[in-house]
Amino acid sequence: MSVSRRDFLKTSGALVVSFSATSLLGSYAMGQGPFDTHRSHIDPAQLDSWLAVSADGTVTAFSGKCDFGQGMLTVQTQLVAEELCVHLHTVKIVQCDTAVCPDQGTTSGSQSTPTNFNLRNLAQAAATARETLVGMAAKQLNESANQLTVADGIITGKSGHRVTYAQLIGSKRFNVPLNAVAKRRSPDRWTVLGKPVPSLDRVALMTGQFEFVHNVHVPGMVHGRVVRPPEVGATLSSVDENSVRGIPGFVKVVVRKNFVGVVAEKQWQAVQAARQLKVDWGPSRELSPQASFYETMRKQPSEDSLLVDSKDVEDQLSRASTVMRATYAYPYQMHGSVGTSCAVADVKGDRATIWSATQSVYPTRSIVAKILALPVDHVRVIYVRGSGCYGLNGADTVSLDAALLSHAVGRPVRVQLSRQDEMAWENFGAACVIEQRAGIDQSGAIVAWACENWQTSRGGRPGYDQPGNIITGTLLGYDPETTTPHAATPPKEQVRNRSNAVPSYFAGCVGDQCAGAGIIRSERVLTHEVDSPFFTGPLRSPLRLQNTFAHECFMDEIAAQIKADPVSLRLKHLRDERVIDVVKAAAKVAEWENRPSPKPGIPRSGITNGRGISCVAYEGDNGYAALVAEVAVDLTSGQVHAKKFVVAIDAGPVSNPDGLRNQTEGGILQGMSRALGERVTWDSRKVTSFDWQTYNSLYLDLAAPKIDVVIVDRMNVPALGAGETAITLVAAALGNAIFDATGVRLREAPFTAERVRTGLHAPASQEKAS
Amino acid sequence: MSTISLKVNGQLHRVETDPSTPLLFVLSDELGLRGPKFGCGMAQCGSCTVILRGQAVRSCVMSVSSVGNDEITTLEGLGTPDKPHPIQQAFIDEGAAQCGFCLNGVILSAKAALDEKPRASDEEIRQALGGVLCRCFAHVRILRAIRKYADSRKA
Repeated sequence: MSVSRRDFLKTSGALVVSFSATSLLGSYAMGQGPFDTHRSHIDPAQLDSWLAVSADGTVTAFSGKCDFGQGMLTVQTQLVAEELCVHLHTVKIVQCDTAVCPDQGTTSGSQSTPTNFNLRNLAQAAATARETLVGMAAKQLNESANQLTVADGIITGKSGHRVTYAQLIGSKRFNVPLNAVAKRRSPDRWTVLGKPVPSLDRVALMTGQFEFVHNVHVPGMVHGRVVRPPEVGATLSSVDENSVRGIPGFVKVVVRKNFVGVVAEKQWQAVQAARQLKVDWGPSRELSPQASFYETMRKQPSEDSLLVDSKDVEDQLSRASTVMRATYAYPYQMHGSVGTSCAVADVKGDRATIWSATQSVYPTRSIVAKILALPVDHVRVIYVRGSGCYGLNGADTVSLDAALLSHAVGRPVRVQLSRQDEMAWENFGAACVIEQRAGIDQSGAIVAWACENWQTSRGGRPGYDQPGNIITGTLLGYDPETTTPHAATPPKEQVRNRSNAVPSYFAGCVGDQCAGAGIIRSERVLTHEVDSPFFTGPLRSPLRLQNTFAHECFMDEIAAQIKADPVSLRLKHLRDERVIDVVKAAAKVAEWENRPSPKPGIPRSGITNGRGISCVAYEGDNGYAALVAEVAVDLTSGQVHAKKFVVAIDAGPVSNPDGLRNQTEGGILQGMSRALGERVTWDSRKVTSFDWQTYNSLYLDLAAPKIDVVIVDRMNVPALGAGETAITLVAAALGNAIFDATGVRLREAPFTAERVRTGLHAPASQEKAS
Repeated sequence: MSTISLKVNGQLHRVETDPSTPLLFVLSDELGLRGPKFGCGMAQCGSCTVILRGQAVRSCVMSVSSVGNDEITTLEGLGTPDKPHPIQQAFIDEGAAQCGFCLNGVILSAKAALDEKPRASDEEIRQALGGVLCRCFAHVRILRAIRKYADSRKA
């Protein structure tokens, strides 16, 4: 890559470093890094890959985890300032630029905090730098290192002599490896981390100065739009370029296999060209009817996994005094970013630069190189924030669109998707069907529980070499990853509950390893991955949300069946103290009344109130939370209004409590929008939810419920993720609260007013688990 | 192509453009403004909001030629990073954002509504935001910031 870290530092501020960029970049040409990397030229084992101190004391840190609006920029700045003992404002983080940042794979899945804040990577780099500098100072001041004190980038000896970081290392390389045992600052002595530091992007955002990827302007830039097929699976027959030649500013129609795009001098011209271009498409695929889709899913060939199987479930069920059975269904949902995805690409000769809001700069670099047949190290991907993505939205696909169009016209091209192109072709959150069976004994203990889960899958993150996993790659002729039907083999490894397919109440025993959060020993979890007609991909709390909805509602059904209090029944079947503690904390703050659901004396008309609880050990061990929801249900309209949420969350030591609260509040309301209204719809040929009139999101006029966030702060444990913990719980807590208020159990999301009304009018017997 | 004069945030601009071009594209592409943004192109989300004749309007569905001589105010026209407008300051104080893409529509819609009715109730403020979408769902903080600004104006 022609851009060196030195150039970068020079141009990005006053910072000038004198080390040889070439030697730094060249040292790791073929290494296989610890971040699931293919090739990275930046060796994450070296301190200089992460951090540089300039002559004026400014600290520049290079991170492969970026900020999508969840505050990662701010907390990573806090982290470096804390570990390095410098003032917050002397630290500048460079996020996710393949020219200068280490490859940390994808910023996703609540993994950024676990990855960069524990005993490796960015945190360990800053700690290593501090120890190295203290060692240098000890020599210079001729004192022993343990007698030196450090504050604000100044090291002071017992003698009172001082030396600054800038004097010790300013503009020079450290030339030391990351020290895995460099001592970290203890959370009880934190002065920068753990504080509610206001997010660093705030002023620029509020005053319209913040640069989103949508605002990137490159000299000579022209505008592109894509023309997607009108129906799923349609292939290109012909394109009539003459249909748009007359449009002023028209530059080119670009066709590659089934990919069609237009380029014009101005954005409006490109929009008009995309609308006017005459394109003939061949026949499309017939889609399974939506009305019977969940049934269809269960009949398809599937790729099966057995996560846990005690082998005695059927036997225990046959002996249980009561057996319950219920099936839950969760629809496809969208990321639905408020801004459509946008990218700018500048492809000249055999080199390409892409400004992209991707979560995965290095994988995107590889994919762009692949589709343009360029050497990987000739492609640079620079992260620039887009509209909130919540997972794999259109950011990756539009980056490929821009690359293809720029490659074709030899000029920088900005592409922004239309609302329809964004929504009809994104990688939806998977539709799921989850079947539950449980046996209860005379004492009210759950003696056996079996889950069977069907989840849809097609494509996903492109990774380093699967362009077909997103629409643009498929249009170019690459295949998406699909399922490989096979039967499950007996579980061999310890349960890793990454998708929360295993309920929290399971002991989770494989061999003599019991990794579950609960005590139920007669247990079985079988998952079936089936092919999806639509692209799927990670959407905030992927599968974890769907599974938790089914588990936590079913737990509530069991409690109702035996007339037990839902909190008490949970506590009776949990083993993991961290889950127990959040359940207790949420119940306490919510002033949970100990009684079974539904509540006594449900009125026949008017408004009825109710409460529900749910809890989760997110991904098994990456965050713990419990949520109490209070709802009011209009018995005439079926409308559900959430009045209040109390959420207790344990994410380990909290880097920024204000950031955690903001994230948790947003997660709860986004979860509410998804639980109450959102679902992808389709007809026999195409997706029919393609804008904000056809896809039902809550707007800002909603009477926002009160949200109490109770932070259960634990200091001496690893830092955990928090981006997706709260949202995971919302559908279940709302479903349980609706049941408490009305006696109606809704097993299919979203809980629309129509579904509530249908439930209210159905014969009571149908509402009980059969 | 025609030459169109536009008064934006106190400055007069002359742009060469197709008069049917949506105002949004002129503001973002020709004038390089970062406040108004393309969200849907169908007036369904509010990302492209500007204030015109005292009203919050959707610049994605309004042709540049229909603006006339009236002044357009965008988010960057309210205040600067050094001297934010009080409503921007309230949003800064409350940390009322996640990704921040929607803020342009949120802040301008709230401001226009409160300019028209300074003593608007919470319900009325919410109604004014009825067509504005925030998919990060920073609602709690957004409504708190607007309330804070409204109260400070009353005082």
